[in-house]
Amino acid sequence: MEILLIVILVLMIGGAIFSLEARDLLSAVIAYGIVGFGLVICFLLLQAPDLALVQIVVETITLIIMIAVILNSTREDVKTRGGIRSVFFVIFAFIFAGLFLYFFNRVTGTLSDFGEHVMRMSEAYVLPGAEKTGSANLVTGVIFDFRGYDTLGEATILFTAVIGVLTVLRVKGRK
Amino acid sequence: MKGMTVIVKKVTELMCGVIFLYGIYIIIHGHLTPGGGFAGGVIIAGSFILLILSFGSDFLALKKEETGSSLIESSAILTFLIIAVLGMIIGGTGVFFKNFLPGGTIGKLISAGVIPLYNIAIGMEVAAAILTIFLALLIYKDEVLK
Repeated sequence: MEILLIVILVLMIGGAIFSLEARDLLSAVIAYGIVGFGLVICFLLLQAPDLALVQIVVETITLIIMIAVILNSTREDVKTRGGIRSVFFVIFAFIFAGLFLYFFNRVTGTLSDFGEHVMRMSEAYVLPGAEKTGSANLVTGVIFDFRGYDTLGEATILFTAVIGVLTVLRVKGRK
Repeated sequence: MKGMTVIVKKVTELMCGVIFLYGIYIIIHGHLTPGGGFAGGVIIAGSFILLILSFGSDFLALKKEETGSSLIESSAILTFLIIAVLGMIIGGTGVFFKNFLPGGTIGKLISAGVIPLYNIAIGMEVAAAILTIFLALLIYKDEVLK
């Protein structure tokens, strides 16, 4: 299963790089869809159907909205500058990638194996969770009962996003 | 925005209600099966977006639609907060997000106290929010750029 995950992750990275470099914006958005739907397969392989359901639906809707926006505006990308600055960008990217890999390796070396470790806090959530919340789906029990503030924060983020879009695209102020 | 061909319109007519009902099913069974308010809300918004994309927006009163969806979105997040505050008042312990209704049997449709109510509020919030963003983009294209 790990080999399959690695193959999907490499495919996702390739899709992300192609969507950065593509001239045609429509093909860039479709290549970006590889990232989202690859993430769906990763969630299904890691046995997280809740996240997979949310991810596949949100990815489809955002892809439809982005394609509708692109078909109604322009399909050509803005030309980027080349030259000596891009060499510096590539060098800095490699330096930071090396730093992140080094520290990631140091941090993950101290943890125990993936999926084996059950912490004290998550034991307190998982084992008596169904009896305490009364919810058969433990994920819903956690996000609406134990972690209610998280859900309130997520709903507030969505509310703020809508207010931002309405403020930027308002009709009255422009006339 | 103009509509699409007859084939797309007919298929949308047949499928749109089923998609809407599936979203409601996902929201209501959120405490029993995978899914919940977020996934179901996006599915409901998707059924509306499918209708608008296939039939076009010429015969819609876009401003009224946007006012309605924006109103539903604001009232849904207010409902979420009111239920949370009710837990503080009725629950007796003074705890925010207290589950003050009886739990019932695990696995039945009516169980888990206030968690289904939270799911319904979040589902309305997410559906109305995504539909409002889509309608705002549509209004910007149809009326401002004209």
